This record gives sequence, structure tokens and C-alpha cells, in this order.
Amino acid sequence: MVSRAALAALALLLLVGCAKPMRDDLYALLPDQDGQTGVLSVESGGRQAVLDRPYAAARVTEPGRVAAGAITEQEARQAFGAALDAQPGRPTSFILYFLEARDELTPDSRQLLDRIVDEIARRPAPEIVVIGHTDRVGAVTYNDTLSLRRAERVRDVLVKVGIAADRIRVAGRGEREPLVPTADEVAEARNRRVEINVR
Amino acid sequence: MNRIVLALVVVVTALGVAPAGAQEAGNIKVAKGAVQVERAGQQVPATVGAVVQAGDVVVTGPDGSVGITFLDNSLLSAGPNSVLAIDRFTFDSTTHQGSFESSLRKGTLAVVSGKLAKQSPDAMKVKTPAAVLGVRGTEFLVRTGDPKN
Repeated sequence: MVSRAALAALALLLLVGCAKPMRDDLYALLPDQDGQTGVLSVESGGRQAVLDRPYAAARVTEPGRVAAGAITEQEARQAFGAALDAQPGRPTSFILYFLEARDELTPDSRQLLDRIVDEIARRPAPEIVVIGHTDRVGAVTYNDTLSLRRAERVRDVLVKVGIAADRIRVAGRGEREPLVPTADEVAEARNRRVEINVR
Repeated sequence: MNRIVLALVVVVTALGVAPAGAQEAGNIKVAKGAVQVERAGQQVPATVGAVVQAGDVVVTGPDGSVGITFLDNSLLSAGPNSVLAIDRFTFDSTTHQGSFESSLRKGTLAVVSGKLAKQSPDAMKVKTPAAVLGVRGTEFLVRTGDPKN
């Protein structure tokens, strides 16, 4: 014999169980482009899910109701296609090398410059940062000037092929950020460089 | 004479006011369909190359999508019918310290975190009406909203 109170409780349970979810939230982790996967924590109403595998996902149907699981690559594509298609190009960077004590590019780097120009031309509203560096031969102040001159030289080339000057920032870091650490007054070709960051 | 003084006052005031709050946080790189940026109560169409500031709210229409590159190299892109608020953005390009908080009020969002999240696990947060996301150097997707909409 089932009591009336028990029936009422059951009815209430069914009603709550069938209620439409308040939300349709979906949080999903993607593998990084370098093949690694980061960590995303999803916290809702005191509950937390930690996503740390490719395509791990959490659904939140109302605050405090977090269901962890996974989605497929196709599901991600289906639900987020437009957002993924609107993703800006990945920022990238290039290094050009210079002849000793000069603001002349090495022959190899001169060729690379063409590829860099193509890369910049493909990007909408490109932002370019050109940072010059030197090795440790010569005084610090001399190298500050030389590094800036190298950066400006590269900037001028970019402007000459049609890249808007106001999209390019230049800086000289002198001998402060060697790619290869050396003692003072050591000539090191790999440190005589200009770094071009494009985004 | 008075008119010149007045003009000078106007110019000085404008100069004094404009830079405050005019902090660049990012650049719009992709804008398809209807995309608006709300700033200080004004709505302007988002165009490729336009600057995004902290405090801006980016809104996409039913056919709209938008992609933004931030100064720390974070990439945020939103699909149609989305409302994305840039709540806070500070970034020191030398130390890579600062903070980036944004809210997706509705819609879809794809995120690639940048130098801020790499430097410190607490630096980047994305909120929705139902959840707070903590980001540790990663790529992820966010959808939030009422199923009725």
C-alpha cells in the first residue's frame, strides 16, 4: 500500500526530473596547435570540473549542476564552427641575421625577408614589431644604437614593399637579450639579429 | 581673445580626457556580417583593424562573427548571436604580467590563450552567467545561453 504522501513525492520528483534545463552551456578543451593540451577549470555554483584532456567537456544545465564528459571533434566543429572560422591568424615570429657591426642582412636572411613580406601581406590589419639585437662586441651604448639601426633598416624594407609604416613598431634591445649567452666582447653571429613579430 | 581662451580650454580638456580609458587591449582581425562594438553607451560597427578596449562589449548579429587578437597574443573569436564583454585587460609587454577578464553573456566563443595565461595561471578568466573558467595556457570553447534563445 503506497501512501498518498509517497505518491505526491514521486510526482514531484518526476516533475523536477522532466523540467527543461535552464541553460545549455557547454565548455570544451581543445588540443593546442603544438600538440599539447592545457588545463581549463569550470566552476559553477560551488561545483568544479577540471578539463585536462583534448575534447574533455563540461555541460552546465543550471548553476551548480556541472556534468563532465567529452565531445567529439565533429561535435566541436558543429557547435562552434563560426567562432572557429573567425579565429585570427596565429601570431608568429621570424629572425633575420646581420653582418658583423653592420646593418646589412646576411644573404640567407635577405631571402627569408621575402617570405616574411608574404606572411604579413596575407594578414588583415597586421601588427608588426621589429626588435633589433647585437652581439657583445663594442660598448653598450654603441650596441643600443646599432640594434635600433638594424630594426629601422628592416622596417624601411617592409615599408618600401608596401607595408603601412604605422603598423610597424621598432625597438632596439642592444646586447641585453642574446640568443646565445657569451662573455663580453665575444663576436657571435647568432646574436646579431632582428626579431620580427607578426600578428 | 576670450574665444581663443575658450578654444584652448576645450582642446586641453579633450587632451586630458581622451587618453584615460583609451587603453588598447586588442585589434579586430576578422568581422563578418553584423558586428557592433558598444563603448560608453555608443554602438559602432566593428571593422577590421579597429581597436578594442577594456570596457567594450562586442555584439554579433544572427549572421555575424568576429575575431580579436589581444596585445598578449590571446585570440578570442565569437560566433553569431553572441555578446562578449572585455571586462579588464592589463598587460606589461616586458614582464608579461597583468590580467585579462572577459564575459561571454551569450553565444559561442573560441579562445587561444596568450602570454598572460602562460605567465600566471590566475591572470586569465572567462565568465559566463553560469560559470567562471580558469585558464592555464590552453585552447578552449565556450557556449552559454538560455536554450529558448
